[in-house]
Amino acid sequence: MGTKSNSRLSAVNGQLIKKEFRHIFRDKRAMLILLAMPVVQIILFGFAITNEVKNAQVAVFDPSRDASTTRITERLQASRYFDVVRRLGSAAEADEAFKEGTVSLAVIFGENFDENLWRTGEAAIQLIADATDPNQAATLTGYASSIIADYQQELLQLHSVPFRVTAQVRMLYNPQLQGAYNFVPGVMGMILILICAMMTSIAIVREKETGTMEALLVSPVKPFALIFSKLVPYFALSVVNLATILLLSVYVLNVPVTGSLLGLMMLSLLYIFVSLALGMLISTLVATQVAAMLASGMALMLPVMLLSGMIFPVESMPEILQWLSSIVPARWYINGVKKLMIEGLPVASSMKEFAVLSLMAAAFVAVSIKKFKTRL
Amino acid sequence: MKALSVNNVSRSYGKVQALKNVSFEVEQGELFGLIGPDGAGKTTLIRILATLLLADSGRATVDGLDAVRDYRAIRRRVGYMPGRFSLYQDLSVEENLNFFASIFNATVRESYHLIQGIYRQIEPFKSRRAGKLSGGMKQKLALCCALIHKPSLLFLDEPTTGVDPVSRREFWDMLASLRQQGITIVVSTPYMDEALRCDRIALMKEGGCLKIETPQNIIRQFPHTLWSVQGDPMYRLLKDLRRHEDVISSFAFGDAHHVAVRSERITTLQLEENLKMLDYKNVEVKEITPTVEDCYMQLTMDNEQ
Repeated sequence: MGTKSNSRLSAVNGQLIKKEFRHIFRDKRAMLILLAMPVVQIILFGFAITNEVKNAQVAVFDPSRDASTTRITERLQASRYFDVVRRLGSAAEADEAFKEGTVSLAVIFGENFDENLWRTGEAAIQLIADATDPNQAATLTGYASSIIADYQQELLQLHSVPFRVTAQVRMLYNPQLQGAYNFVPGVMGMILILICAMMTSIAIVREKETGTMEALLVSPVKPFALIFSKLVPYFALSVVNLATILLLSVYVLNVPVTGSLLGLMMLSLLYIFVSLALGMLISTLVATQVAAMLASGMALMLPVMLLSGMIFPVESMPEILQWLSSIVPARWYINGVKKLMIEGLPVASSMKEFAVLSLMAAAFVAVSIKKFKTRL
Repeated sequence: MKALSVNNVSRSYGKVQALKNVSFEVEQGELFGLIGPDGAGKTTLIRILATLLLADSGRATVDGLDAVRDYRAIRRRVGYMPGRFSLYQDLSVEENLNFFASIFNATVRESYHLIQGIYRQIEPFKSRRAGKLSGGMKQKLALCCALIHKPSLLFLDEPTTGVDPVSRREFWDMLASLRQQGITIVVSTPYMDEALRCDRIALMKEGGCLKIETPQNIIRQFPHTLWSVQGDPMYRLLKDLRRHEDVISSFAFGDAHHVAVRSERITTLQLEENLKMLDYKNVEVKEITPTVEDCYMQLTMDNEQ
């Protein structure tokens, strides 16, 4: 092969890729969905799980009604976060208030609060929060604890004796308390795999369904070039989406990239490649666009949402589901992103994730090349 | 070397046998027609020749190349136009053409002389999306795309199905001029009247070939005298004709029945009289030359007996 035929060969690839871009750019609706989906999702998730809490309804049980409890209650009331709406007759009444849904936080003072504080230097407060919304519960108890700590600080400044008010926090209904930052890696994992796998598989299968594959097969184009040309535009689109998601999460949601940005990018590009390869694999297995959509919807969307740790923590799943979740690429990616982006760990900490994703990519590519039919 | 040689090729889909031991040869530069209704096996046969399907048994060669082993080489040198429109609807006429040229490492300029006659008709619409073309123009564009790499052999699967009569005629004119330029063409069609435009035809039915001949010879070999019979009411007429002792076969053909008769025993006038006695109005009986369709019907009947 001379250089001329080589350059002609790459010209073929260039034409194939150009054609794919045309398909995408001419389908305005799909374009809009592709580019707007990450923005909408990030903003939706971001503001649905907002950390800002205002005027939360608070119930107080204060059996001693002394100087300290009154001061603390006043401070709670004074802050813009809380609104004391109910005085409880007994600690047990708190349960009722929660069941009625009228309060989201209960503050239970111990008996003889002031007396205990002066005599033993220690007094107890129990904070009970409705953790059906775990993020709100965490925020509320956090704010309340800091108001109590402020009061304690004040006492320390006035008197030389060390006083300790211990706030005991109880989370009702959802003791695990998934962190608020969890959704950024989750959305990244989901959007990237959806766009890459679903869109590539549909794009390839569309050629089968409309019959253009038939015309393409009776040509000297190598199957690999054909498929490769489908991957390039979606790879580019996914990189744009990745940038959008990261910019939004850093500047709009204030979820910073605490670890290595380079490492995060590398991991994401690898994940994008895995997703593209998965889309390729799906396209070799199904014959219609609807089937491709269902396959990628069922095979990707649900496991990604349910098994990747995006919604339910993998650690608390039954063993069999944990095992199952380890074949979900998103699980490894989300794990890696948490380490690199949220926890700020060094790249070396996510070597396992890199390795698993690389293996998956190699496996998907190998199987789909083997499965690609050079005939109908 | 034959342009095409098919040897005992069979192919089934599950329990349905789509092709049964089909054999024929096509000469270089010949315009060869596969004629038959839907389900005759035309598409399966063309797909096997275009290396898109594997035969269950038998062997086919294209330009001397084995259709299974040398499929890559065959794909480089044949042009193939699938049965359904298989160009990119969201690309313009020009973009489709350039794309198909590029995947064959060709340019539109190199083979312009080949497609010139056809392309000139769609050139005014070259920036229009292929999906917005009329049926006839789509087929012309598809033909241009199949020709863009100067193939030595062209496979066309029902190129005129769903196309208006004028465009159909134009399309066959194009095939005739391509044949003039030395391209071997294998074309399938369910329209029997198009058979006359071919050099030779294979009449296909249920996966087999009834006959492979020139259309002229097929017509010449029609074994009986054929009359066209009209009279009201037409439906009862068909049944009475079939009951008539001197009639061999009778088929409805649009506004007249085509009737094969034992001409040594009856004349057109006699039949006319017979029918008038049976209360038919506007009776008209005249001798006609058989069409390919008449031959097809006759061969089908002979085949069944």
